[in-house]
Amino acid sequence: MGEESTTFSDGDAIPRVVIVDDHRLFRSGVRGELGDTVEVIGEAGDVDSAVHVIGEAQPDLVLLDVHLPGGGGVEVLRRVLAKHPQIRFLALSVSDAAEDVIGVVRGGARGYVTKTISGKDLANAIVRVADGDAVFSPRLAGFVLDAFSATDAPPVDPELDRLTQREREVLRHIARGYAYKEVAKELFISVKTVETHVSSVLRKLQLSNRHELSRWATARRLV
Amino acid sequence: MGTPRLTRAVDGRLLGGVAAGVAEHLRIDPVVVRLAFMALGVGGIGVAVYAALYFLLPVQEVEENPDPATENRRKGRDLSQIIAYVGLATALAALFLVFGGVFDPLLWFIVFGALGATILWQQANPAQRDEWMTSTVSRAGPKGLMRTGAGVLLIVTGVIGFMVFQQQLQDARAGLSFAFTLLAGISLVAAPWIIGLVRDRDAERRERIRNAERAELAAHIHDSVLHTLTLIQRRAEDPREVQRLARVQERALRSWLYQRPADAETTVSPALERVAAEVEEEHGVPIEVVCVGDCPMDDGLGALLRAAREAMVNASKYAGSDTLSVFGEVEEKEVLVFVRDRGAGFDLDAIPEDRMGVRGSILGRMDRHGGSARIRTEPGEGTEVQLRMPRILDL
Repeated sequence: MGEESTTFSDGDAIPRVVIVDDHRLFRSGVRGELGDTVEVIGEAGDVDSAVHVIGEAQPDLVLLDVHLPGGGGVEVLRRVLAKHPQIRFLALSVSDAAEDVIGVVRGGARGYVTKTISGKDLANAIVRVADGDAVFSPRLAGFVLDAFSATDAPPVDPELDRLTQREREVLRHIARGYAYKEVAKELFISVKTVETHVSSVLRKLQLSNRHELSRWATARRLV
Repeated sequence: MGTPRLTRAVDGRLLGGVAAGVAEHLRIDPVVVRLAFMALGVGGIGVAVYAALYFLLPVQEVEENPDPATENRRKGRDLSQIIAYVGLATALAALFLVFGGVFDPLLWFIVFGALGATILWQQANPAQRDEWMTSTVSRAGPKGLMRTGAGVLLIVTGVIGFMVFQQQLQDARAGLSFAFTLLAGISLVAAPWIIGLVRDRDAERRERIRNAERAELAAHIHDSVLHTLTLIQRRAEDPREVQRLARVQERALRSWLYQRPADAETTVSPALERVAAEVEEEHGVPIEVVCVGDCPMDDGLGALLRAAREAMVNASKYAGSDTLSVFGEVEEKEVLVFVRDRGAGFDLDAIPEDRMGVRGSILGRMDRHGGSARIRTEPGEGTEVQLRMPRILDL
C-alpha cells in the first residue's frame, strides 16, 4: 500500500509513534516496554489533545486507547483520518466488549490488541501496522468470525458481506493462538498470503454494511 | 417469537390480572380490554366472563427481575385507576337506568366524554396526578395556570350540565353538546402538556435507573476491587500470589463489566470460560479464551468440556508455557475446542499406555461420547489438543 518504500519490518527505519491513552501510568509503561524498537514522539490523554498532537507530530502510527474522555478512540479516528488518511492506527484496550472492538476497527484502526500483550508482541504489531498490514489478536479474530457467521440476513453485497473459506480458515487459526508465521506453515501458504487474507478481512469489516456489524453484540447469538 | 400464552398477569394487574393477561395475549393496550369488560359488565355478561376467566387461566410465571423500573411497577395495584373504572361503570349503569336503553344518542355523548376523560387520566402517572390535584395554585407557572383553568372549566361545565339536567331533560341536549365541545377543546389544549408530562416521567425514570447502576458499581468496586488491592499489598513479597490475585480480580471485573448475565450451566461458551477460569485459578497459568457462537449444553458437550479441562490442566502443569490459548467454536453440527500451549511439547508415542491423563480423560472420554480428539505435539513445538463433539440438535 502507498508509494513509500520504507518498510519498518526490514529495519530500514524505526516507526515514529504517538501514544494516546488517558492513563499516564500506562503511557509511560508502554514507553518503557517498547524501548528502542519504536520512537515515541508524542503522548496525549484525551480526544482534543490527541487530534492536536497527531496533527503536529505526523507519526507513522498511533497507539490508540478505545476509551478516552471526549468521545473515545472512534472520535480521534474520525477527526484525524479526515485530514491525514495516511496515518495508521493500532487500537489498544482493556475492553473486551465486542461493540467497542468492532467499532474502533470499523472506525479505521488497522488492528486491535489487548493491553495484556507483551512488550515484544506489541512492538511486532506496531511494525506490522506501520507497514500497512492488519493485526488481529485472537479475540478480535473471534469477534469477526462471530459477526460474519450470523446467517439470518442475506448478504447485501456478497463480495463484502461474506468471508471466503480461506479467510475463515486464517481467522480460525489466529483465534486459536497461532502467529502469522505458524498459520502460514499450517495452511501451506506464505506469510505474505496470510497478511493479504487478514488485510482483506479488515477491508470487509470496515466497508461491509451488514447490520450485524454496525449494531453488533446486542446479544450473543445462538447458532 | 410466538404470541404470549394466555395467562393471568401479575405485572400491571388492577384486579385479578385477567384483562392485563388478555391484553398481553392479544398484544393490545390493557385499557381497551378493561373498557370492553366494563361495558359488557354493565349488562351482566362481562362479570360472568371475567369470573370464569379468573378461575380458568393459569397465573403468569414471574421471573425474578432486578430492574428497578419493573420492581416499582409491581409494588401495588393502581388504586386510582380502579376507582376510575368503578366510577365509570357506575355512571354507565346509572345512565342506562336514566335513559332506559342504548339507543338514546345523548347516552353515547356522555359515554364518549367519560371515556375521553378516563384516557386523559390514564396518561398522567400517579405522582404527577397528585401534583395536578394538590399544588395547582401555589406553583404559578404557565403549566400550573393552565391546569387551574382546565380544572375550573371542567367544574363549571359539570355544574351547568347538572343544573340543566335538573330542570329540563329535553332542553339539556343543546347545553350538553356545548359542554362536550368545550371538553374537546380543553383536551386539545391540554394534549401537548400531557405529552410533556409523559416525557418528564421517562426522563426521571432513566435518571433513577442510572443512579441505581452507579450505586451498584460503587458497591461492586468497594467489595471486590478494594478488597483485592488490600490483599495484594499484604502479599507484596510473593509475586506469584500477587499475580494470581490480580488475575482473579481482573477476570471477575471483566465478566461483570462486559458479559451479559448468562447461566454457565446452560450454554457452552460461558461454561468454557468458567472452566478456563477455574483451571487458571488452580494452576496459575493465564488462559486466554476466545469463543465463537454459542449453543445449549447437552451430555456430549459436558464431556467435551471435561476433556478440555483435562487438556488445560495438563498444559498448565507440564508444558511450562507462560500462557494458554483456548478457542471454542460452535458450528452448525458440532462444537470444536482447541487448547494450545507454546511449551515443551512431548513425544506422544512415548507416553506409557497406563497414563490416565491423556488417554482416559481426553481421548477415551471423547470417544465414548461420539466425539473425537487429536493431539498435535512435537518436543519443542508446543502442544495443541483438538476436540470435536457433534451437537445433539433439537427440533
